[in-house]
Amino acid sequence: MREPFRILKSRTVVLPQSSIDTDQIIPARFLTTTSREGLGKHAFHDWRYDVTGAPRPDFALNTIDPAEHRVLVAGDNFACGSSREHAPWALADFGFRAVISTSIADIFTSNALKNGLLPIEVDPGTHAALLERPGYEVIIDLENLELRFANLEPVRFRVEPFARRCLLEGLDHLGWLMDQEAAIAAHERAHGLKGEP
Amino acid sequence: MPPPERTLFDKVWDAHVVTPETAETPAVLYVDLHLVHEVTSPQAFSELDARGLKVRRPGRTYATLDHSTPTLPPDANGKRPYVTTQAEAQVTMLERNCAKHGIALAGWDSADRGIVHVMAPELGLTHPGAVVVCGDSHTATHGAFGALAFGIGTSEVAHVLASQCLLQRKPKAMRVTIEGRLREGVAAKDMALAVIATLGFGGGTGCVIEYAGEAVRALSMEERMTLCNMTIEAGARAGMVAPDATTIEYLRGRRHAPKHFAAAAEHWLALASDKGARFDKEISLDATAIAPMATWGTTPDASAPVGAPIPAPRNESEARALAYMGFKAGEPANAQPVDVVFIGSCTNGRISDLRAAANVLRGRRVKAGLRMLVAPGSEAVRREAEAEGLHRVFLDAGAEWRLPGCSMCIAMNGDTVAPGALAISTSNRNFEGRQGKGARTILASPATAAASAITGVLTDPRALLAETPHA
Ligand code: SF4
Repeated sequence: MREPFRILKSRTVVLPQSSIDTDQIIPARFLTTTSREGLGKHAFHDWRYDVTGAPRPDFALNTIDPAEHRVLVAGDNFACGSSREHAPWALADFGFRAVISTSIADIFTSNALKNGLLPIEVDPGTHAALLERPGYEVIIDLENLELRFANLEPVRFRVEPFARRCLLEGLDHLGWLMDQEAAIAAHERAHGLKGEP
Repeated sequence: MPPPERTLFDKVWDAHVVTPETAETPAVLYVDLHLVHEVTSPQAFSELDARGLKVRRPGRTYATLDHSTPTLPPDANGKRPYVTTQAEAQVTMLERNCAKHGIALAGWDSADRGIVHVMAPELGLTHPGAVVVCGDSHTATHGAFGALAFGIGTSEVAHVLASQCLLQRKPKAMRVTIEGRLREGVAAKDMALAVIATLGFGGGTGCVIEYAGEAVRALSMEERMTLCNMTIEAGARAGMVAPDATTIEYLRGRRHAPKHFAAAAEHWLALASDKGARFDKEISLDATAIAPMATWGTTPDASAPVGAPIPAPRNESEARALAYMGFKAGEPANAQPVDVVFIGSCTNGRISDLRAAANVLRGRRVKAGLRMLVAPGSEAVRREAEAEGLHRVFLDAGAEWRLPGCSMCIAMNGDTVAPGALAISTSNRNFEGRQGKGARTILASPATAAASAITGVLTDPRALLAETPHA
């Protein structure tokens, strides 16, 4: 059981670049880990640190308190590229609980939703307004599928209904899938697959 | 009622639905073949352990070592030059997990070991009409066989290990029809780059793409794999090609081909999309208009014919990409000296790719000061190349001949491009820093990469192929 996600009130961090790929979110050389934990320190590593390993003072993630800025607003076409779940692990470990863009890659979305990180696609107008307002306070209401702001009109968003239920109730996908055993076994029988010897 | 005419994708999907999708829940989809490698699996096995679950179908799971493995041989004591102890720990962990769960592993001692998407087809593991998954986005490669093949995350790796199933919403269907024939000296890689340039990065999001048309039918299986491999670079879930005589001949006699081969082959031919089957989106391209392609930006869709001027940036991100690459709009990319050429990866590390590169290199030398590295896609490719003497062509030209693995494609095993250096790579991603921090990558075909290694600048291979070098 993970912590349920119902309503999140938080400030945004803005990374306006479009097509931020998974190699930027977590460079491949950090994928040699065998754990899910601790990747937050490598999130956006090559943008975040200079050649000496010192944090770049002008990079957005280095200027905020992750406990207060839990929503990442990113440019169009976010998280394209690799299927590495290390990308949402790194973002969640850094402290993010939601990512907002106009379009977010399929595999990343699927991975993020299994890790308590909510990907939200918004219309270009809302997106532009958010890009212009780093540190803006947003309320993400997953129950009502609504994004609310101080001075902007609220907007609706979509989340795959099963993933939403899992987030709201803190349910896990694997547990649900294991409960489908009878149907899975029936499918195997129908396709001539016998049980393991 | 669904319409009676179905696409190839519909047919494969329908045959694997354990429980259909509803408004509330995704479909439960059965997986026939699950490929595993060392990088995206450790946390999945840990998840199983934590829940006391076992692998449901070890016989349908097949593992290899490829991503973080060194491509240099072991030292006199048999010690392999791992880039870090962590990389080595990942390999050890996969060895242990496979032993524990009874999963076949093409490990260091195996003559089968290779990049996961090169190895599985070679062994005949990838069957038409199957659902194939792997914790790796280039699983799309296997769609060349008319399989539904897609990448999954590590949580899903755990799902498949434990249940042999995945929770999936059915993607949309797109058809990309490529008419005409590729011209002499133009490769499947050029076709893939042209398709991605047409669709745009993200243009295939939410879709499974079926490749059709005369040009696709004319491709060999290895070329179809190159094409399907890069489907993910347009954001699509998977790429597929309908099985035909080419598919059947490729699979005949392979170790893991079905026992009742004739009956299986008959079934495969029936998988083709029905006449009149509906696609959510259709585009078409003319193969005769495709020239050797090279990327100029930091996404795989940002490409132009080799030698053509780089187009003016259309937005801030293209301008940023040009600045990163150090290229100027209006100038061709061959104004800059190339530092590294990499031949390999699951896109272009097969025997036909090495032959294409060797054809250009034979009797020639790699430009002084340029580093060229060739990493065969698998042990089988390595054996075949060495039997044909291709390794001699590479070594004589001044290139490095490595052990199989992902190598410089993802640069996590120590094979990296130095900061700022310009690489021409036959791999599939030119993202910032993909081949090493600060590295600049141009994606191209094996022939283009080899031609560029000789001249030291991005070069159309047709110019070199036309003239015979002095032996
Ligand atoms: S060769 Fe590159 S793209 Fe292919 S599996 Fe290896 S790392 Fe991934």
